[in-house]
Amino acid sequence: MSGGAKLEVTVAEVVEVNALIKRFRFVSRDGAALPAFSGGSHIVVEMDDHGVRRLNPYSLMSDPADTSGYEISVRRDDAGRGGSVFMHSHVTPGMRLTISHPLNFFALDTRAKKHLMIAGGIGITPFLSQIKQLGHFGGRFELHYATRNRDVAAYATGLKSAHGDRVNLYYDDEGQVVPLAEVLTRQPIGTHLYVCGPKGMLNWVRKTAAAAGWPAQSVHFEEFLAPGTGLVFSAQLARSGKTVTVGTHQSLLEAMEAAGVDAPYLCRGGACGQCETNVIRCDGTLLHRDVWLSPAEQAEGAKIMPCVSRFEGKTLVLDR
Amino acid sequence: MSLDFKPARGDFFKDETFRDDFTFKNSPAAIRRFPFPFDRDEYMYSVNMEPHVSTRPGSVFEHTFDVDEHYVAEMIDRAKVLAEDPLRCQSLPHMTLAGWDLLELIMESNAREYPQWFSLTKNGNQWHWINRPLGIDQKFTFLDESTLPYGPMEYITRQTQGDFSLQDERDGSLWMDAGMITTQADWSLDFDVGMNFMEWHAPVPLAHEKMVFDRALKFLLKLQQGSPVRRFNWTMTVNPLLDTAPETYPKWGPTKTSLTQENLGHKQHLRVELQALFRLPRSNAIAFSIRAYLGKFEELVTVPKWGRRLHRVIRDIHPDIAAYKGFWRNQPAMVEWLAKYDDGAPTSPGVWPDA
Amino acid sequence: MSKTNFPPSIKTRPVYAELEPRPGTAHVIIADGEGAEAVAHLLAKVPDRALMLARTHILYTPGPNGTDQWAAVLAFGAAQAYCAPTIPAMLPRMAKVVAEAHMGTQFYLAGTEGLIGQAEREIMMTGLPFAAIQKEHRGSTVRRVQCVHCKGITENVATDPFKCSHCGLNLFVRDHYSRRIAAFQGVNIDAEDPGLVPAAVEKFK
Repeated sequence: MSGGAKLEVTVAEVVEVNALIKRFRFVSRDGAALPAFSGGSHIVVEMDDHGVRRLNPYSLMSDPADTSGYEISVRRDDAGRGGSVFMHSHVTPGMRLTISHPLNFFALDTRAKKHLMIAGGIGITPFLSQIKQLGHFGGRFELHYATRNRDVAAYATGLKSAHGDRVNLYYDDEGQVVPLAEVLTRQPIGTHLYVCGPKGMLNWVRKTAAAAGWPAQSVHFEEFLAPGTGLVFSAQLARSGKTVTVGTHQSLLEAMEAAGVDAPYLCRGGACGQCETNVIRCDGTLLHRDVWLSPAEQAEGAKIMPCVSRFEGKTLVLDR
Repeated sequence: MSLDFKPARGDFFKDETFRDDFTFKNSPAAIRRFPFPFDRDEYMYSVNMEPHVSTRPGSVFEHTFDVDEHYVAEMIDRAKVLAEDPLRCQSLPHMTLAGWDLLELIMESNAREYPQWFSLTKNGNQWHWINRPLGIDQKFTFLDESTLPYGPMEYITRQTQGDFSLQDERDGSLWMDAGMITTQADWSLDFDVGMNFMEWHAPVPLAHEKMVFDRALKFLLKLQQGSPVRRFNWTMTVNPLLDTAPETYPKWGPTKTSLTQENLGHKQHLRVELQALFRLPRSNAIAFSIRAYLGKFEELVTVPKWGRRLHRVIRDIHPDIAAYKGFWRNQPAMVEWLAKYDDGAPTSPGVWPDA
Repeated sequence: MSKTNFPPSIKTRPVYAELEPRPGTAHVIIADGEGAEAVAHLLAKVPDRALMLARTHILYTPGPNGTDQWAAVLAFGAAQAYCAPTIPAMLPRMAKVVAEAHMGTQFYLAGTEGLIGQAEREIMMTGLPFAAIQKEHRGSTVRRVQCVHCKGITENVATDPFKCSHCGLNLFVRDHYSRRIAAFQGVNIDAEDPGLVPAAVEKFK
C-alpha cells in the first residue's frame, strides 16, 4: 500500500494558540498506545476536503515518549492550497482522521557534542519534540527562535521559562535579528546546526554557516515544500493506460490518486524520493520543485517527483 | 548482576552443542521448515526484499522473531562465545536508545506471539519480563540501564536467536554503530562497528558493480515504522559451528580440509540467514536481525527438490562468490556428493518442498 | 615527491585528495614526513596567506621513512608550530588542540596513512563528520594493520604477508579499513593449511 502502514486516530482536542496557529491532539481510535517516535518526526494527515483528498505533512511537537497522543500545530495559510484552512475550519474534537506512522527526515545527530537550533515562525514545532527528547536522554542545546511579533511567538513563553538562557527569542517588528555570525563562531567542535523556517531563513543560515567554515554535513534543515500552483497540464500514464489532467491547485500526484492510480509516496514535500517516477516522453518543460533529484538529474529530465513538480508543454508520458 | 540461565527445555527445546562434539541436528519437522534460499536453479546477488509479514503458519515466516527447537542451545552457545570474547557485542555510546527500542520490539513481539514461553507486564515504565525456556524472571525500569544486568541490546539479544546490528541513520547513510554478533559468516563486528552501509559491505564481490548496495540503501532509508522487510542470504559452513568469526579463524579454518565423500553429508552445512529489518521508533535507527539456520547436506537432500537444486546452484556458481563465501576449496567435493541426488528432473518454482 | 596514486580498491580503502584552502575561523594542520610538501602546496593556493597563517596551528612529526622537513614547516610562519619526535608523542597535544577547537575550524591532514588515520579518529570523536576533514597522502605507503585475531596493531607494515608483532601469526593485509581503529585488517594466511605461508613481498614502501 502506498504511504506505508496507517494509524487511525480521533481528534481529542483543538486549541487556538494565537490568531494564526491552532494545536491539534490525536489519540488512537481503539484507546491503544500510539507508537513512540523520535524528535523531529512528522506525520502525514489525510483530509477529505469536500471530495478533494489532501495529505499534508506536519511536524510532531509533543513529547516523543508520550504514547497517549500526538500533537501538531498548524499555521493558517489563506493563500495556500487549502490544507491548513481545512484543518482550521473543519477539524473539530471527535472527528476521525487517518495519519501515517511518524517519519523522520530531521533527526538529531545523537553523536553531536551540542545541538544548535534556529527556528523561524511555525518552524519551531520539530524543535519542541527534539528538546523534549533531549530532556529525557541528555544532550546540550541552544535555541534561537525568531517570529514576526510577540503575539505570534507560539510556545515562546513556555520554552523560555523551562530552559532559560538556552532559549533566545527575536521579534522582527522590534528590529531584533538572530546574531548568527557571532552565534556560529562560539560553538564547540562537534556541534550540529538545525534550521527550520521559511525558505529565506534556511538559505541565510546555510550560507552564513558555509562562509563561517561549517561543514555541510553538520548543517541540517527541513523544508516542506507545498506543491504550489501552476498552469493546468495533462499527463499520460503508460502503465495504467490513463490520462490525467492536473488542475491549477492540484499536484500531479493528487491527480494520479484521483484517477485511481496507486502511486507511491511518503513525504509529499519533494524530499523523500518515494514518489520518484520515470519520464518516458517529454515534449515540453519539466518544472522540478523537489529537493530530492540532483541538479544533474533534474537537467537530464528522465525522472520527476509528482508530489511537487509540474509540467508545461505538449506531451508528458510517465511510467506509472 | 549477570544473566544466569535455569533452562526449562521441556520436550521441545533440544539439548545439543554447536562446538566440541557438535551434537546439533535438525528434527524431521525442522528440516521441512528449513528456509531453503534458492527459488531457482541458479544464484546471483540481488536486493530480494519483501515485506516481513506473517505467512505460512509453521514456517520461519510465521512470527516476527522465529523461536525454534534450537533456541535454548543457541543461547547457551552465545553465552560461551561472549565469555571468551566480550568484543562480539558492542554499542557505541549514542546507540543506547536504539537498544531500548530493540528490547521493546522483541519483548512485545515474543510475549504476544509465544505466550506459552514469554510474558511482559507493564506498569508505566516498571516492566516485568518472564522467559520460561531460559528460566529468567526480571523486573526492571524501561529506559533505565542501571536496572538490567547488561545494556538493553545485550540483555535482550542474549535471549534471542540470531545476530543483531543497529544502524544509526545520518548523512544519507546507515551506520552500524551497535551489534550482537556471535553467529556470523566470517566478519568482525569489532572491526566493522562504526562503518557505514557501503563500507561494511565493501568486501562483498560483484554486488557493488551491479549497484545492489546503492539500491538496497535507498530502499532501507525509506523503511518505515510498522512496515518491516526481510531478505535471505546464505553461505557454507563445515561442522554445525554458529560462531565462524574471523577472530577464531585459526581454530575453525583447518576443519575445512577435513571433508571426505563419506563425511561430507554430515559435516557440510548450508547456512541460511533470514535477515529482517525494522525501523525503530524512539531512535529512528534500523534494527537488522540476522538469523542463521544450519542444514546438513544429508538433511537437505531428504527433500528431493532441494537436492537437485542445491547441486545445480553450487555447480554453476560464479567463482568469485564461491571464494568470498569461503567454499571454493570444497566446491568440487560438494558437487560430487550432491550429484548423486540430481537425476536431472526439472524443479518446481519457489523454495518450498513439493507436497 | 608528489601525491600518491593508489590502485582502485574496495570502498573501505581510504581515498585522498589534494588539500584545498577553505574558509575557516581557525586552521589545524597535522602532517608527517613528506606531508610538509602538501602543506606548502596548500599554502601557495591561499588567497590571503598571512591571514590564514595567523590563525594556523601546525603539528608535525618526521615520517616513518625518516623524512624530516621540520625546518621547512617552521619557515611557513604559522602562529603556532610544533614538532613531535614520533606520532605517539604527538597524540596528547593533538587531543587537546582538537577537543578545544570551535566550529569553523578547518582540519588539514597530510602525510602517511598512520598519521592521517590517527588524527582523523581523534577529530571524528568530537562529532565532526569525517567527510569534513581534508586528507592528502604523501610519502611512505607503509600501513597500520590490526590483527583481527589478537587485536594488536602492528605499525609500519611493509610486506604482505607479515608476522603480527603481538601474537606472531602470519597475516595477509586486506584493503578493508576501519576509521574507528585507524587501521587496515590483517587475517591469518595459513589457517586452513598451517605452515603454508607464501614468501613476504614488499608491497608498501
